[in-house]
Amino acid sequence: MTRYLLSRTAQALLVLLGAYTIAYLILYLLPGDPLAILLNAAGRDIDALSPAEIAEARRFYGLDGTPLERYFELLWNALHGDFGFSASKNAPVAQLILERLPQTLALGGLAVAFSIVEGVGFGYLAASVRSPVLARFLARLPAFGVSLPSFWLGLLLIHLFAFTLGWLPAAGNDGFRSLILPAFTLSLYSAAIYAQLLIRGLEAASREPFIVTAYAKGLTRGEVQFRHAFRNAALPIVTLVGLQIGNTFSGAVLIETVFTRTGVGRLAEEAVLRQDIPVVLAVVTLSAAGFVFINLLVDLLYPILDPRIDHASKG
Amino acid sequence: MSIRPPLLSVRRLSIAYRAGGSLVAAVQNVELSIGRGETLAIVGESGSGKSTIALAILGLLPANARILAGDIQVDGGSSVSMADVETLGLRGRIVGFVPQDPMVGLNPTMRIGGQIGEAVTKASGLHGRRADAETIALLEQVGVDEPALRARQYPHQLSGGMRQRVLIAIALAGNPALIIADEPTSALDSTVQKSILDHLARLAGERGVALLVITHDLGLAADRADRVLVMKDGRIVEQGPPRAILTAPAEAYTRALIAAAPALDGKGLFGVRRASRPAGGELLRFEGVSKRFPSPMTGEPSRASTALDNVGFTVHAGRTLAVVGESGSGKTTICRIALGLEKPSDGRVLFENRDISGLSWPEFRPLRRRIQLVQQDPFASLDPRFTIAECVVEPLVSFGLEKGKGLQAAASRLIDLVQLPREAASRYPRELSGGQRQRVAIARALALKPELLFLDEPVSALDVLIQSQILALLDELQRALGVAYVLVSHDLSVVTSVADHVVVIRKGRIVEQGPVAEVFGDPAHPYTRELLEATPGRRSAALVAV
Repeated sequence: MTRYLLSRTAQALLVLLGAYTIAYLILYLLPGDPLAILLNAAGRDIDALSPAEIAEARRFYGLDGTPLERYFELLWNALHGDFGFSASKNAPVAQLILERLPQTLALGGLAVAFSIVEGVGFGYLAASVRSPVLARFLARLPAFGVSLPSFWLGLLLIHLFAFTLGWLPAAGNDGFRSLILPAFTLSLYSAAIYAQLLIRGLEAASREPFIVTAYAKGLTRGEVQFRHAFRNAALPIVTLVGLQIGNTFSGAVLIETVFTRTGVGRLAEEAVLRQDIPVVLAVVTLSAAGFVFINLLVDLLYPILDPRIDHASKG
Repeated sequence: MSIRPPLLSVRRLSIAYRAGGSLVAAVQNVELSIGRGETLAIVGESGSGKSTIALAILGLLPANARILAGDIQVDGGSSVSMADVETLGLRGRIVGFVPQDPMVGLNPTMRIGGQIGEAVTKASGLHGRRADAETIALLEQVGVDEPALRARQYPHQLSGGMRQRVLIAIALAGNPALIIADEPTSALDSTVQKSILDHLARLAGERGVALLVITHDLGLAADRADRVLVMKDGRIVEQGPPRAILTAPAEAYTRALIAAAPALDGKGLFGVRRASRPAGGELLRFEGVSKRFPSPMTGEPSRASTALDNVGFTVHAGRTLAVVGESGSGKTTICRIALGLEKPSDGRVLFENRDISGLSWPEFRPLRRRIQLVQQDPFASLDPRFTIAECVVEPLVSFGLEKGKGLQAAASRLIDLVQLPREAASRYPRELSGGQRQRVAIARALALKPELLFLDEPVSALDVLIQSQILALLDELQRALGVAYVLVSHDLSVVTSVADHVVVIRKGRIVEQGPVAEVFGDPAHPYTRELLEATPGRRSAALVAV
């Protein structure tokens, strides 16, 4: 078990380093002088500066030295929580992110919780229905959830619940009530995927021979479904939740714009538009770290959920 | 003594399956009854409807099945339509069920104790400690060692035989009056099979539980049952006590079944199967071959598990050598080493006096034309997206031996060789029966005209009648082509009907080897005797001989 833990953690760290490196290469080494881009983001024109001012600006943004030196310096600083200075916002990147992160974490976390409850709840219900016609109808329904564009759904929900019914705020960052609509919008796509997977999984599990054994004990349909089919069908969802959490945070970029919330997603959007390289690099690194961490958690959780895996790794 | 009504009787039962808009009859007008404490066996091939009857009694028919007619009476109560069997609540408390394949019959994510415990709770309403105690008592009764430990384990940590015992414990948990066992041991080794069937019979006897055993094996049915029902195409063709069925079968079909069971026809197990043919030259020799696998726990070779220990035998051209043993005895490792898929830790493997044990993958490739393999499960060994013609000529394509017209001609020749209809060439594996698929696998193995064919349990997935047809085909092919076989099997009746020389292997060691008639006629090693004893139909063979 210790070996499994160590190897998984080492793999996760390698993935993270890889993500950071690729982001760095793309942002700093692609055609275009990073200094000109950064000065532009800060509202200055490089052509209007004297050579001395340019040299000072170069030092300020950490752009002196070879690309390799710069890479290691940035990496070293990042490891110490220093992600440099935002050109457009005139503030340390770490501070910007720390200000915005709680908003996005709240949104993303609630969206993940919503998606699991909705997806698993709906999938379980759809597989439990006795009428074959209704069951087939419900099984098709998640396909709609997958194909709804979230910005459109967001606008629709704002129109319905904020403007027409007036139950929930349309936009902004104040309190839990303002989180409900964006989180629901963000959750629907993942929820639909979980539901599809669970419906198929329960269907496949219901054909397993051990289900016949369970019925033969005299258990009721509900008991068999919950105790025997559900656990086996739910295992793949755990993997998928890990992957979908990454998508949820990239979805937050769009949702925060639609619902005019301030969060890391909005910050990333603004930074990309203004070509604020340090902010973009920090956001990419942070989201990669979150993704890797969640999937590491899933990997470590798996042996607990599926007893066969633990012993496969032990032999 | 007054005549008691039967425990369970089924009348005029007809069931059909809906397939592609039409109904296909599976069970037609079947009548059967089981008395208290009686053991009834239903014998038939796959597709004869025997399992459908069991599932109908349990109310567990698949969704595409329709009960067309029939009613059921339990313990002399009023007759109820068979379709309403679920509302009778027979499952668990009146009828227990032991399913076919113990490897997949238990929930893989639930502890053994939990799986038995929920049946206990359901039947007796016991909870907590008392349910746990009952669970452990049940495990003890079915002959599981260290029941308290086993209860905490998961199914994958138990052997197939253990799992089948657990399934029997589950069936017993509700204290039922009848246990239905659907091919309860066909997935197990014959020695394990025997001990489990003995155990089940003893428990049933002690508790006065009636048994309904469903099997394709007439020998097993005759050994165990008070009454035997023979089914074919959804109908009962013959029924009676085993002795009457075996000694005076009224139906041609029953006679065919008896003839196909070598243990029953009186000559198979003990007689020599055929005139011994002249021994050809030496083809393959194992010399002191050992194989140790490093322990997966530590990776240290010092704690290695020994799969083969100093194994030696010789295969002659045009002859059949059989390797007999239980699962885990090292049979498969022998195959893998001979096919170059595994390297021996010690010893040499000689093919025509050339050491092939150290050959690299590319060096081995030319030899693959001369040594081929037929696998156990014809349902899994054929690519579902290849037509039969494509399947059988694939080795020729792989070695670049034929092209275009030549390939077509080769396909027709191979299909003729294994006596499949020509139309089969353009079909897909799923359109063929199990026996036909195994013919395809044999044709594919023969495509390169090998001199040595490894047959890994070639008929164990097939019905008895089909088994004897495939074995006859293999025999014919050997006469015609002079190919040598290494037959790996746990089924002694298969071995005795085709092999010349037999190697009995146990835990990686050869315990005995020699000509079939000598080894089985006068077994020197107790293990060989044990294997012979465990062969289904042995007891009944004595009946026939009387």
